Amino acid sequence: MADAPNIPDEAEVRAKWGGFAFTAANVKKAKEIIARYPAGRQRSAVMPLLDLAQRQVGADTQTQGWLPVPVIEYVAAMLEMPYMRAYEVASFYTMYNLAPVGRYHVQVCGTTPCLLRGSDDVMAACKNKGMNKGKTTPDGLFTLTEVECMGNCASAPMVQINDDNYEDLDYDRTMAILDALETGKQPKTGTQEPGRHTVEPLGEPTNLAAMVGGNHDYRKEWAK
Amino acid sequence: MSFDFLSDKDRIFTNVYGYQPWNLKAAQKRGDWDKTAALIKLGQDAIIEEIKASGLRGRGGAGFPTGMKWSFMPKQAPLDRDGNPRPSFLVINADESEPGSCKDREIIRHDPHKLIEGALIAGFAMRARAAYIYIRGEYIREAETLFAAVQEAYDAGLLGKNAAKSGYDFDVFVHRGAGAYICGEETAMIESLEGKKGQPRLKPPFPAGAGLYGCPTTVNNVESIAVVPTILRRGASWFNSFGRDNNKGTKLFQISGHVDRPCVVEEAMSIPFRDLIEKHCGGIRGGWDNLLAVIPGGSSVPLVPAEQIMDAPMDFDGLRDVGSGLGTAAVIVMDKSTDIVQAISRLSYFYKHESCGQCTPCREGTGWMWRVMEKMRVGDADISDIDTLYEVTKQVEGHTICALGDAAAWPIQGLIKHFRPEMERRINERKGAGDAPMMEAAE
Repeated sequence: MADAPNIPDEAEVRAKWGGFAFTAANVKKAKEIIARYPAGRQRSAVMPLLDLAQRQVGADTQTQGWLPVPVIEYVAAMLEMPYMRAYEVASFYTMYNLAPVGRYHVQVCGTTPCLLRGSDDVMAACKNKGMNKGKTTPDGLFTLTEVECMGNCASAPMVQINDDNYEDLDYDRTMAILDALETGKQPKTGTQEPGRHTVEPLGEPTNLAAMVGGNHDYRKEWAK
Repeated sequence: MSFDFLSDKDRIFTNVYGYQPWNLKAAQKRGDWDKTAALIKLGQDAIIEEIKASGLRGRGGAGFPTGMKWSFMPKQAPLDRDGNPRPSFLVINADESEPGSCKDREIIRHDPHKLIEGALIAGFAMRARAAYIYIRGEYIREAETLFAAVQEAYDAGLLGKNAAKSGYDFDVFVHRGAGAYICGEETAMIESLEGKKGQPRLKPPFPAGAGLYGCPTTVNNVESIAVVPTILRRGASWFNSFGRDNNKGTKLFQISGHVDRPCVVEEAMSIPFRDLIEKHCGGIRGGWDNLLAVIPGGSSVPLVPAEQIMDAPMDFDGLRDVGSGLGTAAVIVMDKSTDIVQAISRLSYFYKHESCGQCTPCREGTGWMWRVMEKMRVGDADISDIDTLYEVTKQVEGHTICALGDAAAWPIQGLIKHFRPEMERRINERKGAGDAPMMEAAE
């Protein structure tokens, strides 16, 4: 298990996170989330609550957040489910971090559609920025992970950094984004291709040209 | 060119590029939520018949007729142990994770009200009490939009009690995944919704009998649901005027890889590959002579070599005839600069990463196949290993609970079928070049 997370010492984790509880705002959110599922099926809320907990840990530590064991225990207790069932979920899904990560979790997609469009260059930019796969930089700023298809294939290659996607990348554009984040600036999200809006073909519209300038209602043309 | 391209007035997803706002007001101006109550007044059976007549086949990959799927749902609610009627559920699969697929994302972030209105109508037609939209965890901003759009619909009285003044009570909930491709499999999705690991269930029982919380459940793809309101408004005969027999309607194609202008575009079904690429993607990078192969339906379908795909109609039957499939219509184009063995090996790594670990042939097989594919990539193998690899893919295929094993096997089988000489060339070139660097040991 070369890529298994490096889980910190349990005693230290317990000392630091043993008293974890949701903030008042998150308690309210948790109640809303649990209400989405039928009565008695509160266990369905384990995924959103783990996400909420990870985000709270992230806010506390100024990182993307992770799930220390006492935090998973807290969520399990809240949903009246055995700890092991919650841990199973936390370890099955890749978006739950079982070990601390940096301020920015740089997730480079390396699956074939991105590979074909140059994800190796994106990875090279991250490496030249001092990152190593599965590791956090010594300054705690960046954690680099190679992830599987993120569903941005028509604007590949891409990277997801915390909650935002950056698409249509190359070496220089990746570098520019990382440089901006390093200096505390928020780069433009989405496609980095000049002149491209989202996933339309670049250049002159091949379809739906009327939508570019206004909210066109095509129903008037239906009968024709 | 002889193909009749889809005209803008016949496009369902008019805001697919997000030039205009996604919000309710803007969506209503484009025609969404227009007299929804009247559509519901048609009644359950009439709606299902109309969808059947439209020829709509599921847009998530398998292509099962959508109307027929709905008709499997019970008309009389089955009773639980205490004699109370069990509710039925609609689960909408927005766990778009198939490499190459990126259409549901555009629907959700730019046209979410088409999906939500479709959820109400489809949910009504199958007598469901609520819909759960399971959106993949990585679609973070997209989920924010979807949560907000659902809230807008509640605030406007379009969901909840007497939804859209139709007299029907219906709820829509959004559930975020957390990064597991396997949750796109319908029973794994149900497990995940119940708060468990996403490991597929054995079928039968099928979800229409016992799905979410043991209740009757139908799982549909986002695109299948989002096209429903427009089909009902314009009629089945409008929708089935596009595409060849058995392959009707319009479809979001997602073209990635080595084309001049990758994009997502809605076109008529059965559009020839060449026309699709020429019209919307500016052609193949380096010209048509530079085309090597295409994966026409997302990573799970076998690749098709250039000469066979060029004039193939892009639909279920047309791509089956060239030994592949339409899948999600995620078209991955590869030109002659592609290291084709690496491209497929990277997919093998994907399946190794995403195997849920439940069935032995898949859990062990995906890792083994990837390691051997990596050897094939550098030619560090024996010619006979190609046959062994093929043999193993056949051992995995069809011997697992869900189709992930098949999906891992097919790309490799396609590679061996069409590019065996290239694999042999690498092995022969490598011979006599000394020992190969050690590959990673079994993990």
